[in-house]
Amino acid sequence: MSLITCQDLTLGYEGEAILEGLSFSVNAGDYLCIVGENGSGKSTLMRTMLGLQKPMRGSIAFGDGLREKELGYLPQQTAVQRDFPATVWEIVLSGCQSRLGRRPFYTRADRALAERSLERMGIAPLRRRCYRELSGGQQQRVLLARALCATQKLLLLDEPVSGLDPRVTAEMYELIERLNRRDGVTVVMISHDVAAAARYATHILHIGGKGTFFGTADAYRESPLGQRFLADADGAKGGAEA
Amino acid sequence: MIATLQQYLSFPFVRYALIVGVLIALCSSLLGVTLVLKRFSFIGDGLSHVAFGAMAIAAVLRLSNSLLFVMPVTVLCAVLLLRAGKRAKLKGDAAIAMLSVGAMAVGYLLLNLFSTSTNVSGDVCSTLFGSTSILTLTRAEVWLCAGLSVAVVALFALFYNRIFAVTFDEDFGRAVGTRVEACNLLIAVVTAVIIVLAMNLVGSLLISALIIFPALSAMRLFRSFLGVTLCSAAVSVACALAGMLVSIVGGTPVGATIVAVNIVAYFLFALVARLK
Ligand SMILES: Nc1ncnc2c1ncn2[C@@H]1O[C@H](COP(=O)(O)OP(=O)(O)OP(=O)(O)O)[C@@H](O)[C@H]1O
Ligand SMILES: [Mg+2]
Repeated sequence: MSLITCQDLTLGYEGEAILEGLSFSVNAGDYLCIVGENGSGKSTLMRTMLGLQKPMRGSIAFGDGLREKELGYLPQQTAVQRDFPATVWEIVLSGCQSRLGRRPFYTRADRALAERSLERMGIAPLRRRCYRELSGGQQQRVLLARALCATQKLLLLDEPVSGLDPRVTAEMYELIERLNRRDGVTVVMISHDVAAAARYATHILHIGGKGTFFGTADAYRESPLGQRFLADADGAKGGAEA
Repeated sequence: MIATLQQYLSFPFVRYALIVGVLIALCSSLLGVTLVLKRFSFIGDGLSHVAFGAMAIAAVLRLSNSLLFVMPVTVLCAVLLLRAGKRAKLKGDAAIAMLSVGAMAVGYLLLNLFSTSTNVSGDVCSTLFGSTSILTLTRAEVWLCAGLSVAVVALFALFYNRIFAVTFDEDFGRAVGTRVEACNLLIAVVTAVIIVLAMNLVGSLLISALIIFPALSAMRLFRSFLGVTLCSAAVSVACALAGMLVSIVGGTPVGATIVAVNIVAYFLFALVARLK
C-alpha cells in the first residue's frame, strides 16, 4: 500500500472546481514534485492533503503505517510571521507540538530532537537569533527544521525555494535531496522550477489547464507536456542570461 | 508624601485594591502579545463594550454581585465573536461593530431609563473609565478577582506552548494535529475573563490599553516570545502599581493614570530600543 493515495480528487472553493479528476499516489521514499502555473491549484492540493480543507469529491488515504498527522509541513509564508518576536529555537521546538499529547511542557527528548533538527539544517549557531531578522534562506531552513521535528517520514513543502538567490536555492535543493536519499524521508514539494524538479525528483505531478501528468521524472522528460515545459524553462533561462 | 501614602496604606480597602490591581495587571498583559499578533484585538475591543452593556443591565437589576452576571455574558459573547470573526473575513467586521456598539448604546439607554441612582452620568463615567470602583470592592469580590487571576495565570502557563504554536502558525498546528479551534476558544474565553476583571481596574473604555500597551512596549526591546511575555508582565505590573500609588496620593482617576504610566513606559522602551 502507498503512503498517500489520492483518488479522483476534485478541489475548489465554494462550489467552484479548480481541479478535477486528479489521481496519484506517493510511495515511501518517493520525491514528488508538483509543478504548474500560478493559480493552478498546487497550494490548494497540498492544503487538502494536509486536511486543512475538504476535497469537493474523491478521497485521500494514508497507508503504510502513516498516521494522518504524522507529517511535516512547510507553508508558503504568511504575513503574521514577519513581525513575530520569536527565536529560532522557540520556532523549531514548536515542531514537536504533536508529541506533547496531553502534557503541557516539552520533554528532554523533544528538546534533543529539536537540537538535532537544528544541526541537520546547519542553523545551530542561529538558535538565539530572532526569526524576523534572518534572511529569507535562513528563515526557510528554520521552517524546514521545524517540519523535521514533526516527522521522520513525510515532508510536504510549499515552494521552499521561492525568493531565494540561485546559490541558496541550490543549497536548499541539496538539503532536501539529502533528507530524501540518505535519511529516507518521503518528500512532496511544490515548485515553479520545472528543470530543477525534473533533475531532483523521482516523480512529477504536473497540474494545470494545459493538461495533467503524473509519472516518474524520466517519463516526464519524455512526455510531450514535459518537453514543452522544459524547453520553455530553458528558453527563459537563456533569455535571462543573454 | 510618604506619610500620606502610609496613611492610605493603613486602610485595608486600599491594600485590597493594590493587590487586586497588581493581579489584574499581570493577567491582562499575558495574552496581549497573542491578541496583537493574531489580529484578535477586535475581540478585546468588542468584548469591552459588551461588558459595559452587561454591567449596565446588572446595575439596573440591582444585582449585589454584578461579576456573577457580567462574567458569563461576556464569555458567551467571546465565543460568538470568535465564530463571527471567522466569517468576517468575507463580510467585513460589521457584525462585530454592530454587536459591540449596540451593547454600549443599549446599556447607556437602560441606565438612563431605569437607574434609581441620582447620578447617572457619574455611574456611566465610572463604568467607562474605572474611576474609584477598585476602592469599593467588597471582600468577596476581592477574593473572586484574586482567584480568577490566579486561574488565568495558571491556564496561561499550562497552555503556553500551545498558545505559542497557535499564535505563530495555525496551519502548521492543524496539519500536525494540534486542536487549534480549541486553543482559539480558550484564548477568547480567557480574554473575556480578563476584560471583566480589568473593567474593575480601568473601566471598559481603557481595557484595550491595559492589554495591548505592555505587549507593544515589550516587543520594542525583546526578540523572543518568552522574553516579550515576561517583560510585558513585568511592565504591566510596574505600571499598574505606579499608577495606583500616584492616583491615591494625587487624587487622579485610577484607570487613566495607569494608562498614562503605560504610555510613558512605551516611549521609554521605544527610546531605549532606538539607542541600542
Ligand atoms: N481561500 C480561497 N478562496 C477562494 N479561492 C481561492 C482561495 N485560495 C485560492 N483560491 C483560488 O484557487 C486557485 C488556486 O490557488 P492556489 O493557491 O492553490 O494556486 P497555486 O498553484 O498554489 O499558485 P501559486 O503558484 O501562485 O502559489 C486560484 O485561482 C485562487 O484564486
Ligand atoms: Mg501556492
